[in-house]
Amino acid sequence: MLLRLVPVVILTILIGPVLAGLAGIVAPALGYLPVLGGEQVTLHWFDQAAMAPGFARSAWISYWTGLATSAISLVLVVLFLAGWWGTRWFARLASATAPLFAVPHAAVAIGLAFLIAPSGWLVRLVSPWATGFAQPPDWLIVNDPAGFALLAGLVIKEIPFLLLMTLSALPQSDAPRRIRAARSLGYGRVWGWLSTVFPSVYAQIRLPVYAVVAYATSVVDVAIILGPTAPPPLAVQILRWQYDPDLTLRFTAAAGAMLQLAVTGGALVTWWLGERAVAALGRSILTRGWRLPRDRALRLASLGGIGASALLVIGGVVVLALWSVAGLWQFPDALPDMLTFKHWMRHAGMIGHPTLTAVQIGLTSAAIAVLLVLGAVENAYRRGITPTQRVLALLYIPLIVPQISFLFGLILLVLRAGIDGTFWAVVVAHLVFVIPYVYLALADPYAAFDGRYLSVARSLGKSPARAFFTIRLPMMLRAILTAFAFGFAISIAQYLPTLMIGAGRLPTVTTEAVALAAGGDRRVLGAFALIQSALPIVAFVAAAWIPAILYRRRRALRGAGAWT
Amino acid sequence: MRRAFVSLAMPVTLAILVATAQPTLAAEPDPADWSAMLDQARGEHVFFHAWGGAPAINDYIAWVGDEVAARYGITLTHVRLSDTAEAVSRVVAEKAAGRTENGSVDLIWVNGENFASLKRQGLLIADNWADRLPNHALVDTEANPALKFDFTVPVDGQESPWGLAQLTFYADTARVPELPATLEALAEFVAANPGRFTYAAPPNFIGTTFLKQVLYGLIDDPEILTRNVAEADFDAVTAPLWAYLERLRPDLWRSGRVYATDTTHLKTLLADAEIDIAMTFNPAEASSSIRMAELPPTVRSFVLDYGSLGNAHFVTIPFNASARAAAMVVADFLLSPLAQARKADEMIWGDPTVLALDRLTPADRALFDTLERGPATLSTVELGPTLREPDPSWIEPLEAEWARRFLAGTSP
Repeated sequence: MLLRLVPVVILTILIGPVLAGLAGIVAPALGYLPVLGGEQVTLHWFDQAAMAPGFARSAWISYWTGLATSAISLVLVVLFLAGWWGTRWFARLASATAPLFAVPHAAVAIGLAFLIAPSGWLVRLVSPWATGFAQPPDWLIVNDPAGFALLAGLVIKEIPFLLLMTLSALPQSDAPRRIRAARSLGYGRVWGWLSTVFPSVYAQIRLPVYAVVAYATSVVDVAIILGPTAPPPLAVQILRWQYDPDLTLRFTAAAGAMLQLAVTGGALVTWWLGERAVAALGRSILTRGWRLPRDRALRLASLGGIGASALLVIGGVVVLALWSVAGLWQFPDALPDMLTFKHWMRHAGMIGHPTLTAVQIGLTSAAIAVLLVLGAVENAYRRGITPTQRVLALLYIPLIVPQISFLFGLILLVLRAGIDGTFWAVVVAHLVFVIPYVYLALADPYAAFDGRYLSVARSLGKSPARAFFTIRLPMMLRAILTAFAFGFAISIAQYLPTLMIGAGRLPTVTTEAVALAAGGDRRVLGAFALIQSALPIVAFVAAAWIPAILYRRRRALRGAGAWT
Repeated sequence: MRRAFVSLAMPVTLAILVATAQPTLAAEPDPADWSAMLDQARGEHVFFHAWGGAPAINDYIAWVGDEVAARYGITLTHVRLSDTAEAVSRVVAEKAAGRTENGSVDLIWVNGENFASLKRQGLLIADNWADRLPNHALVDTEANPALKFDFTVPVDGQESPWGLAQLTFYADTARVPELPATLEALAEFVAANPGRFTYAAPPNFIGTTFLKQVLYGLIDDPEILTRNVAEADFDAVTAPLWAYLERLRPDLWRSGRVYATDTTHLKTLLADAEIDIAMTFNPAEASSSIRMAELPPTVRSFVLDYGSLGNAHFVTIPFNASARAAAMVVADFLLSPLAQARKADEMIWGDPTVLALDRLTPADRALFDTLERGPATLSTVELGPTLREPDPSWIEPLEAEWARRFLAGTSP
């Protein structure tokens, strides 16, 4: 009985805040916010937003970088799987890439910026001996007006996510048999995979891909670091309005947030049309009987792409680690003039407490999310329901509606309820973002579980609850712990919800890191970014090791997870 | 499933949205009765919302926390922000939600346009509390008009002075042996060293300040800037400014296709040797960055010979602050000679004091006399005169015109 309420609870947590938040932004967008003297409903602020210098360009940058990010990362991931799945290279690279999901967006962006800038590490490594540069060249790489640096940063960050999602969809796709069939009919490795396995994989990862489109069209932190500045992507422009001392610009910001919704919506529609076109193209190739056996170049390109993207993320983390112990580090020195731990020592006292707070909030919200999601999927299993795409789409609403479009309204809601600044309010705010990811990580392994084990238990007279606790739970421990680690990582990364809902009462390692980032000292930033990345990585490692230790005498259970 | 959600969630959401705390008024603490104020403040918890980007400043605020805990039994929490607007947003949201007391922000580090907005929207304690703080008598308002007119907006005791700022340039003398002292010299340097100079894009604070600084240096009669922009022929007055910036543009860093974002970005660019000249509001910034090994020891500060725009920064208390008495006690402590001298110490922070040193007791004065100046810090004489901020009505048209000319994909 209780179990049946779980889906309702989940959707309330997910959609309630988003709807309330959107309601809170529609009013000021239409000019109604009496606190700031807005008492008439008007479309004036939409004009103000749309007529602002560079608005069209801002919107265009958001639109095209969002779509290109999703397309490039998805194509690379899919070609990599198609070309290399089951090989040694695949196992190595996939296990190196997937944990990079835990590195926070801002850390990836800052690391990349310092790698590729004209004064960055890559140029320093070859200067001045190879390039002759005593001063960095005046090349426009980072913050380029067209948004290519932003695109690169988003692609290397989204690849690990899409790889994880695709890997978890594979077991439900009957890949080995389908590929054997395709290969025996003379199809090339890549094309065989694309034509037999991909359709069923894509059906499962479609919503995560939509989440990537939505995220990449409305991203703020990465865009501030790598994106164009004049004009910036739309979400950054909205933030500038939102933060402008002239409070009447809050109306413009609200109208801009509605327009952001439209840009993200437009990108999603474009993507959806693209899906149709790709499907039609694939069908026409199939009906022509092309088998495309020569795909060596494609395979190598995908391997190179995934490898380079992993290297850039890892290189960025290494560079941040170096900065955190650097003395004076001038161009064109490849290494700092001295290494020192004084930045770490200096901040040791400031790091402990926020780290503890972040861990407490992360553990609590991940645990609640895992319990709720387990309840929901178990409920669906027992009642024989397969969630439709529409219901699933509801789950994704918090990931698809740009944060910047509903957060201000959400804060109003929390303030009215008088629960701001409390631990639980922050946990609930995190749950809005944590639950969808936990669901993503858990739903597919759950569906893929061999139900015959449970049938046997039931036929031996065990209750459904007993079967769940003694069969399902132990056998799925690894998948459950991985979902938990996912949720934990998402919670650790939350900045605006933590700051605004937490009212400054609950500083976490992330709110501290972002505040210090405003000061721009890479040394401090490096230290905090490392801790911020280390926490989720610890969780992922624990998720892999706990089952391995608990089940050290049970070989089949040790490896029972999707992300090996 | 969906219908079940809608029927359950909507009433809950609406109920929470509609429920509003009823305002009641607490007794206003009165700085005139200081001992009663101290009694009231004891045991209160002050949430001080202040920019948290600089470890040195964070450390200083932590020291203030220790001191007010020991002296007055006040708990001080520094809510570290990446932008003061986050605190402003929060107060706006609280007012919108009808929370007229028990607000979550007790003290904000603020100045300029943020203060003007908070004041205009009635988001601050209305009465003139700051002028009645005991240590306010020591504040040097005669020498620093910026302490009475924050970006020309009358302070009216709604914020309490904390420190001073002056637009200061700095450069690595290893790369720039001759530091430019005039706008003409700066333009010649830029032309001779393409790609080695930039400024922050307005409306960033220091970007807008750079526009105003250049404007001051190019017009015949700066008096017009102290009046409302409506009284002036904006296009005619600002024409030399745009001509000067257009002259710089082709030789700017990245050919003027992108600009720096803020003071922080300028410093990072200088540290990476991407540019040769940067600017800041803190006259001690170059020295402290050298000491922190962020900048090479050859960096030196300089100013332009016709004076520099200066301003002040303050702390203020929102209308619905929970710990008003304690917030006022903290504001007063920030003005104490002890706290001001420590703040002015470059080894700690290096932020110029707002106190009139001749009004201090010899012992307090000694706190300042023993302070050392770093190698890259200019003396008060070298810093030269402070230019008065233009009337705030100029800011918006300046920023808009700059955006029209230099943004929106227009490139040479």
